[in-house]
Amino acid sequence: MPHDDPDHPHALLPPDPALRVKALETILTRKGLIDPAALDEIIDTYQNKIGPQNGARVVARAWIDPDFRKALLADATPVVADLGFYGRQGEHIVAVENTPDLHNMVVCTLCSCYPWPLLGIPPGWYKSDAYRARAAREPRKVLAEFGVTLPSETAVRVWDSTAEIRYLVLPMRPAGTEGLGEDDLAALVTRDCMIGTGLPKEPS
Amino acid sequence: MSNCAAHSAPEPVFAEPWHAQVFAVTVALNEAGCFDWPDWATRFSQTLKRHGLDRDLDGGDDYFHAWLETLEQLLDEQGSAVAGEVTQYRNAWEKAYLTTPHGLPVRLTADG
Repeated sequence: MPHDDPDHPHALLPPDPALRVKALETILTRKGLIDPAALDEIIDTYQNKIGPQNGARVVARAWIDPDFRKALLADATPVVADLGFYGRQGEHIVAVENTPDLHNMVVCTLCSCYPWPLLGIPPGWYKSDAYRARAAREPRKVLAEFGVTLPSETAVRVWDSTAEIRYLVLPMRPAGTEGLGEDDLAALVTRDCMIGTGLPKEPS
Repeated sequence: MSNCAAHSAPEPVFAEPWHAQVFAVTVALNEAGCFDWPDWATRFSQTLKRHGLDRDLDGGDDYFHAWLETLEQLLDEQGSAVAGEVTQYRNAWEKAYLTTPHGLPVRLTADG
């Protein structure tokens, strides 16, 4: 480690992009455009408070509450806002429902638009050129790589997210979960099944 | 995508501290009304497209390199952090790291 080297007794030098970000922070803070405390709050929120558990809560409730499900599918934005999940960028959330006839899958072909309030920051593969280019072109192949094989009679619909519209897949409720409550159901809902690249876990 | 089999392995939200910092700066500026998010997404997607012309971006470090470049260009155009100023502060931070004894907090000097 360079900073343990007696010939280089200085602080560990961060990589170039980190120095450039520090430069931006310094300039913008001195101009009063950003507040360092607000930056810490944003990072804490996305690292610790917002994640797929939010979306899982929405899905589980939709599975047990038909009125909630109906409202969610009609216009998800106010429904999830009522649960405290709203887009900081003012985006709309659209919920798309999987059925035996139709499997939904979400991509952002242009960049990486994603329902942050419900799923947090997207995983690396969602942001990769490979997924962004192939999800729309050969969704069944991509699904197979995620271990998802659908019956041939199930159509696949791919939704391309934008800065204004983010999608949440409402997966089908697994069989054998009739007696489960909201918390137990939410535990079956994975991040990938809400992107459409996975299926909910089976109850144990 | 070559490692889709490992897609369920837990991964940190931000792989590097500077990924988190540049993300937070961007969100904070958007919330302060410095730019709207559709404008950001358009600019960012153009950078990604340019970077991805001769290679496949993996969605990790290269994604945030594109993010940082987009933000730098936007702030340069807006005049809130012009390129020369950014270079000057970047070099001042580098100097601060190289001259601060290990273990002490790194700060810009008054003339930085």
